[in-house]
Amino acid sequence: MASSATAARRPAARSAPWWRDPVRLAKPVVFLAALVPAGRLLHGVFVDPEALGANPAETIEHVTGDWALHFLLLTLAVTPLRRLTGWNGAIKFRRMLGLFAFFYGVLHMAAYVAFDMNLDAAAIVKDIWKRPFVTVGFASLLLMTPLAITSTRGWVLRLGGAAWSRLHQLVYPVAILGVVHYWWLVKRDITWPVIYGTVLAVLLGYRVWQRLRPRPARARAGA
Amino acid sequence: MPTPIPPIPPSEITPQATYLNRRSFLAAAAAAGVAGSAGDAAAASIADKLNAPRNPAYVVKDPPTARKLVTGYNNFYEFGTGKYDPMASADAMITRPWTIEIGGLVETPRTIGIEDILKMPLEERVYRLRCVEAWSMVIPWVGLEFNKLAALVNPTSAAKYVKFTSAVQKETMPGTRLNVIDWPYVEGLRIDEAMHPLTLLTVGLYGETLPNQNGAPVRIVVPWKYGFKSGKSIVKIEFVAEQPKSAWMKAIPGEYGFYSNVNPAVDHPRWSQKSERPLPALFASRQTEPFNGYAEQVASLYAGMDLKKNY
Repeated sequence: MASSATAARRPAARSAPWWRDPVRLAKPVVFLAALVPAGRLLHGVFVDPEALGANPAETIEHVTGDWALHFLLLTLAVTPLRRLTGWNGAIKFRRMLGLFAFFYGVLHMAAYVAFDMNLDAAAIVKDIWKRPFVTVGFASLLLMTPLAITSTRGWVLRLGGAAWSRLHQLVYPVAILGVVHYWWLVKRDITWPVIYGTVLAVLLGYRVWQRLRPRPARARAGA
Repeated sequence: MPTPIPPIPPSEITPQATYLNRRSFLAAAAAAGVAGSAGDAAAASIADKLNAPRNPAYVVKDPPTARKLVTGYNNFYEFGTGKYDPMASADAMITRPWTIEIGGLVETPRTIGIEDILKMPLEERVYRLRCVEAWSMVIPWVGLEFNKLAALVNPTSAAKYVKFTSAVQKETMPGTRLNVIDWPYVEGLRIDEAMHPLTLLTVGLYGETLPNQNGAPVRIVVPWKYGFKSGKSIVKIEFVAEQPKSAWMKAIPGEYGFYSNVNPAVDHPRWSQKSERPLPALFASRQTEPFNGYAEQVASLYAGMDLKKNY
């Protein structure tokens, strides 16, 4: 995150005490809210199994998969939101949202490995190889891993801003593969995959439109 | 949200006594003539005790799955594609009056009312249920062998297959307004499969009439095949010469064949069928058995057939 650069440009932001900085106030709230789905699952597993329904393993896999996708789409919504509203504070939430996508993705994979595959390494490798929807889901999580690792300020400095940004464009294939994974696994009713696909198409389409529209206006604004 | 954490079914919240009282209240209301037809429809959806002794020849060594799981987690696409949808919305289905039209290649076609089926000698059988989605249950069904119903219409020797058609009630079945399946839901069996003593014309579970979400008032149960082969809420039975095209064969031909026998050696294109999850277990801890554990009784029906091709 480029918060130091932002602070340098806008020294007033640094001097605001935390209790008057809406972003710093909102961050822990967003963090706790993002943990609610995981908390409900943990409560289900250890305290109230009936809350997870007749097929608890399936509920855990679906809830974690859904939230991995939700957080991916929220992460991708940050830039359009910022451009359209001019609210730059949005960027301060992007890393947290992205890391929660990874967090739920890892839980999703862990549930599959434990509950569907009974921790059988050979069976897992075979399954990933053999079943396209598993292959793309696994690829999505795999590509997200370097993004999670290099999400710290230290890594931004080490890689340099331009290289870091290029690397983090991997989030686009990650999201596409995530939606394809969902699309390919449903049996017949594609309502929800279509909804996720549409949201993703709008978010990616916005970026394409930004690239393609006449540039001079933007260059002047940036100068 | 696509995956809500499942709601608690109303029957689990309501104390049993209150729940049962509802029935006597309805009965009283109907007797007093104030409930009218709405009262009758509601009363029909509430389970009645069935007189059906357990047949000791058909038991399973694993304990039966809890009733609330059996009645709370169903694939019944007429009520939506979610497995908690039928429990939530099947109450609206109208199950009285109910008739099954039995015809086709038979000597004495007839239409039989559910009351007449309920008067036939019923028995309880504990069967395994294996869903194609790799979960399983153990269910005490109540019914009679399908061949006893077939005997009433005298199928001719030209009848090679039996086609089962499920009800479509557009007003009460929200799923039938979607294009997910080419409604009505159709399933089929080869005549020898249909006449096999394991094939059960089913009217109840856990000693009571079928809850709507389990296929009230009458369904088929074929325990050695994946669950979707067992049509629910049957309104029409036809004896035919040609292999019927089932709803799932039409919907996804590459994934669902006519036979659909439980077979750990033939994977679903998108997941393994080697093991299964006996609900509500977290782990897929049970090894799936050929013909769902009924190989001794039914394997001979498929002698000489390549079951990898005839999936």
